[in-house]
Amino acid sequence: MTPLLDVQDLTKTYGGRIGCTDVSFRLYPGEVLGIVGESGSGKSTLLNCLAGHLAPDAGRVIFDTRAEGPRDVLRMSEPERRMLGRTDWAFVHQNPRDGLRMRVSAGGNVGERLMAVGARHYGDIRDQALDWLDRVEIAEDRIDDRPASFSGGMQQRLQIARNLVTGPRLVFMDEPTGGLDVSVQARLLDLIRGLVRRMGLSAIVVTHDLAVVRLLADRLMVMKDGCVIETGLTDQVLDDPQARYTQLLVSSVLQV
Amino acid sequence: MIVVENLTKNFTLHNQGSAVIPVIEGAGFAVGPGECVALTGESGAGKSTVMRILYGNYLAQGGSVRIGGVDITRAEPREILALRRETLGYVSQFLRVVPRVPTLDVVAEPLLALGHEEEAAFARARDLLTRLRIPETLWSLSPTTFSGGEQQRVNIARGFAHGYPALLLDEPTASLDATNRETVLSLIEEAKAGGAAIVGIFHDLAARDRVADREIDVSAFTPRAA
Repeated sequence: MTPLLDVQDLTKTYGGRIGCTDVSFRLYPGEVLGIVGESGSGKSTLLNCLAGHLAPDAGRVIFDTRAEGPRDVLRMSEPERRMLGRTDWAFVHQNPRDGLRMRVSAGGNVGERLMAVGARHYGDIRDQALDWLDRVEIAEDRIDDRPASFSGGMQQRLQIARNLVTGPRLVFMDEPTGGLDVSVQARLLDLIRGLVRRMGLSAIVVTHDLAVVRLLADRLMVMKDGCVIETGLTDQVLDDPQARYTQLLVSSVLQV
Repeated sequence: MIVVENLTKNFTLHNQGSAVIPVIEGAGFAVGPGECVALTGESGAGKSTVMRILYGNYLAQGGSVRIGGVDITRAEPREILALRRETLGYVSQFLRVVPRVPTLDVVAEPLLALGHEEEAAFARARDLLTRLRIPETLWSLSPTTFSGGEQQRVNIARGFAHGYPALLLDEPTASLDATNRETVLSLIEEAKAGGAAIVGIFHDLAARDRVADREIDVSAFTPRAA
């Protein structure tokens, strides 16, 4: 099977400091990969390099495009990469304000992505927006409200709707449940899991919350000081961690 | 179906002076289709550790575990995931689910993940929940708030939803009353009759005598204290 994403020796430094170094992995269709590590371990740098928000210093990010098969994203032209970002890729930010347009209505936020890929019929766009608001459990009568009037959890769900409406194949998520209270987190996790299964999505989820990756991710990558120090099946890494740092990380979680 | 050869497992505790604790050495056994093997040995002998290695949950330091032609100790994560989806089931003592997901969905999930029709998957889930006497009023609720025995039965229903050719059972009858215990034992017998290779841990001796064809004493694989 062709991997959806094949990352080879990705390195990014900030001046003399290491962001992430020599990261290699393959992601197959339908897989959810979790990336965990403490703050400063390089997980967000890695995610941003993969998603084309940061230019890495070295390495290759090969994505299996619909039209032309595997291509190195880092060597694509900017318009090509932007097109990919609007169609096959989606990026869910930790702070919904970074991923939403706060002065545009909820429906407009979802519809904008559709228009970016060529939808023009107002009725169709509105119907699709309504359908997606329903899927992420936002009441129909809020479609014309601006996200600024929404709660944090609703904003996050709206951001997910905006990102998934164009049917992407790969979703990047940066702490998707960070900053939300636990009951809202559970609801969001349930939602993301359901969408991943039904739409056959692949996802890369960066988080520091081990409970979140246990429920969401098939595979896990543990990062420290910019390096990947351990990888494997999520339950295996969490239940039988091999590296010193992973053992410390797992044993530091408070039991509820 | 399940072939274990020369299995070795140590735990290295890096944060406790890098202590190395040998747990299993040179374990080997095989389980054929339609056969149920009980792991025995006192608490701490390594029964659960063997089970977890068989499921790919623990890494082995040496040896091999072949299940349905795949060597779990060397397989890629996605190969193990596929094996768990199609071939290898595991009923643990603990239920781990996404909060808020209804019981019926929890039980039907293994079938849905295999691409079965929703109607058939939910029919099977309803049938199992009925047999395991989970009241219908609870089916639409998340099992996270259920009693221990109810969670155990939901876990069993989920584990038996798909007819896995290889099945691992960790104390399937613990904390069950007589009627439910009987149901679980007949589920195990049905799985055996269907050709499943089963490895189980049973502290319930009567249950062990009834379903197990052979016993394997895990303490034979415990490394001698140096």
